[in-house]
Amino acid sequence: MSLRKEERREVVLRIFRGTGSDRSKDRYETFTVPYQKDMVVLNAIHYIQSHLDSSLSARWNCKAGRCGSCSAEINGVPRLMCKTPVDRYDGEITVEPMKAFPLIRDLVTDVSDNYRVAKMIPPFTPSVATDHVWRMYQEDVEKSQEFRKCIECFLCQDVCHVIREHKAEYIGPRFVVKAASLDMHPLDALNRSAFMKDNAGLGYCNITKCCQEICPEHITITDNAIIPEKERVVDRHYDPLVWLYRKITYRSVKQNAKQ
Amino acid sequence: MWSAGTLESSPISSDDESYETISTDVLIVGAGGAGLRAAIEAFDKGAKVLIACKSLLGKAHTVMAEGGIAASLGNVDPSDNWKVHFSDTIVEGQFLSNWKMVEIFAKEAPERVLELEYYGALFDRTKDGKIMQRPFGAHSYRRLCYIGDRTGLELIRTLQDQVIKRGIDYIDEVVVTSIFKDPATGRVAGAMAIQLRSGKLLLIKCKAIILATGGCGKVYAVTSNSWESTGDGISLAYRAGAELMDMEMIQFHPTGMIFPAGVRGMLVTEAVRGEGGILTNVKGERFMEKYDPKRKELSARDVVARSIYTEIMEGRGTPNGGVYLDIRHRGAEYIKKRLPSMYAQFLEFAGIDITKQKMEVAPTVHYHMGGVRVDPETTETTLKGLFAAGEVACGLHGANRLGGNSLSDLLVFGRRAGLYAAEHARSAKIGSISEEDIDKEISRILAPFKVTNGSNPFELKERVAETMWKYVGIVRNEQDLRKGLEEIGRIRLEAKHVQARGPRAYNQSWEACLSLWNMLIDCEAIIRSAIERKESRGAHTRSDYPKKDNANWLVNIVIKQKDGQMIHELVPVPKIPPDMEKLINTDEILVWQQQEKREQLLVRK
Repeated sequence: MSLRKEERREVVLRIFRGTGSDRSKDRYETFTVPYQKDMVVLNAIHYIQSHLDSSLSARWNCKAGRCGSCSAEINGVPRLMCKTPVDRYDGEITVEPMKAFPLIRDLVTDVSDNYRVAKMIPPFTPSVATDHVWRMYQEDVEKSQEFRKCIECFLCQDVCHVIREHKAEYIGPRFVVKAASLDMHPLDALNRSAFMKDNAGLGYCNITKCCQEICPEHITITDNAIIPEKERVVDRHYDPLVWLYRKITYRSVKQNAKQ
Repeated sequence: MWSAGTLESSPISSDDESYETISTDVLIVGAGGAGLRAAIEAFDKGAKVLIACKSLLGKAHTVMAEGGIAASLGNVDPSDNWKVHFSDTIVEGQFLSNWKMVEIFAKEAPERVLELEYYGALFDRTKDGKIMQRPFGAHSYRRLCYIGDRTGLELIRTLQDQVIKRGIDYIDEVVVTSIFKDPATGRVAGAMAIQLRSGKLLLIKCKAIILATGGCGKVYAVTSNSWESTGDGISLAYRAGAELMDMEMIQFHPTGMIFPAGVRGMLVTEAVRGEGGILTNVKGERFMEKYDPKRKELSARDVVARSIYTEIMEGRGTPNGGVYLDIRHRGAEYIKKRLPSMYAQFLEFAGIDITKQKMEVAPTVHYHMGGVRVDPETTETTLKGLFAAGEVACGLHGANRLGGNSLSDLLVFGRRAGLYAAEHARSAKIGSISEEDIDKEISRILAPFKVTNGSNPFELKERVAETMWKYVGIVRNEQDLRKGLEEIGRIRLEAKHVQARGPRAYNQSWEACLSLWNMLIDCEAIIRSAIERKESRGAHTRSDYPKKDNANWLVNIVIKQKDGQMIHELVPVPKIPPDMEKLINTDEILVWQQQEKREQLLVRK
């Protein structure tokens, strides 16, 4: 927090400008906007669009921290622009697009790859029929409910160094959270551990907890989703007793399947 | 700067008039609750479906819905049933709703909620493991099924997963700019669209279109609505020749945040009052005891909003221009559990801990009861092949929407829109679109790139919003409304020379030009209807006509285009048949029953 909060008259922003189709013209432009008490970075962006340069592009939607559209890197840290008070910073504020995704224009990146990954996650598969009222208990739904707070801002994907290094192999924190939200649904029938091990690249995550630290919804991504998911994989695929049991029952399962 | 790479496609020049053509059976415009539910239904009925939405998939304004979804499951209050829900909705809609739509809605809402659970939504639970239900303003029973205070997010994510699971086609960050009709049949034949990311044009040929574009809250300066709520669907329908209705009925939510300035209007969920929140003025008086002694804070939204407005206008507001909302007596643990998003919202945006401090709130524009006129059963508009569901449609909520009714509206009528659009598509052929219409539309939407030294669309949008807030606000009068109409007219002239700056790809100033034009049509329709309704009913309050006038105004105001002009018609509200009328529980029914003269109102213009 700035000590000079009361005196502040203006905010200086250094904003990345550029288009995805021609990266040779990448540049930074500096804008000075009038200061308003408790303003956030997104307010400053809107001021620029209305009064200084209407060609500035920045994705946003709800302005209330609920839709997860206005993700950017502010002074190098992935954040939602609508939830970042300018008072947090003393001097010039640098605003850049998320670096883990291809640039479209200015602060807007192409996050469509996340939707491709979303399609890979084995969907909710109820273990009971839908011809009667389901009973579930509050303490049982709460685990999964934590993960359902996710607003898909993709900041966790942006900050994840594994994604930057092994993009193709690891689905990323957002989607481990997604899988966990399904696995921990009290009436879900699927076991996603084989998928998590073989297709999701869960083994790549080395639990640096960067994602958990920056999550604007304060989901304990690593502790409550990634680690339990890793444990499920270990229990199912590396537990010697489970391995032995499956070796023994494999033939009969296969025969049953044939009949 | 390290980067994940660049886009492969080459940029297009700003005057590039080329377009790509694709075709589908049912085009769904909008991917909020109604659009997604419609897509699921149409797809399951065998139609080829394409969803086109203005934001990224899953970001629609539905995510902002907090309090819950109204359905008479009776899990907490076993006496609740669809009949009471029907009555509550009709009564609080001030008898302006289409009764058939309300009947369908009240009957089908419970199965839609259960279906959402079967799709994977995880509601909060009762002690015996059923879906929990909380009380809400003007609902006779505890009726709102909820997930903390992020019900809308769960709804949209659940439906989004179902869409993904089915492999339904969608294109996001696409702005639909106009609907085309087959010149021979007059039916819907397709739509023109802009792909925001590339800036390229797209012609979508189709047999049916479902508008699920949401509301138009962004025409007001103080609103809880998000970026996309610019009333595009209303304008698309109007320009294509469909009818609008009840456009004057704008809901002011009683409780919006008032500071910091950047988030003025941000919603403070009604669930705060549902969980026991108390409203007080600067003198510490619990003023709702005066305005509605029986229901107090849980009165209908129009009543609470007007009460807060009155307290502020009569000098009993806080120094910041609001009233206090206090939930502290519930205790920190309870508040954090039941209202987690509210706790976080005030802490993060305003630096206020609602477990220790009072909130300051004032009314904010929240919902549009009016919209595109639809058939109560099929959701088809007055234009063949054009359907509408959700906030963009009109007829369910009358003069005032009950909290929680919008989410069930999305599911009930979203499903119906999908069902009937698919049915329509089965028998219809893809119509032809005239080259002339296409050329005209392309030159219309590319015009902002040809302007030099033009006006800034963002600035004009702000002016529209300030004008509406100033002259067409919570309490209206003829003089102000006329001033508002004049100012909107002036802005419309300036908007002809509005300029898009920068390249075509992800050009928000371009989108702002197009949505500005849409907003101006919405505003004109809202103001004209508001001038016309010379009474106070529900959300529409006139200081020059402060009384409700059942003798003359049990009518819907219908707006349409005739020879390029906006005209209106007064249409009596469809009469409720006697067996349904019996279900309605209010003193007012006596007044209602006297309305035999209604038929005489038919062509009073």
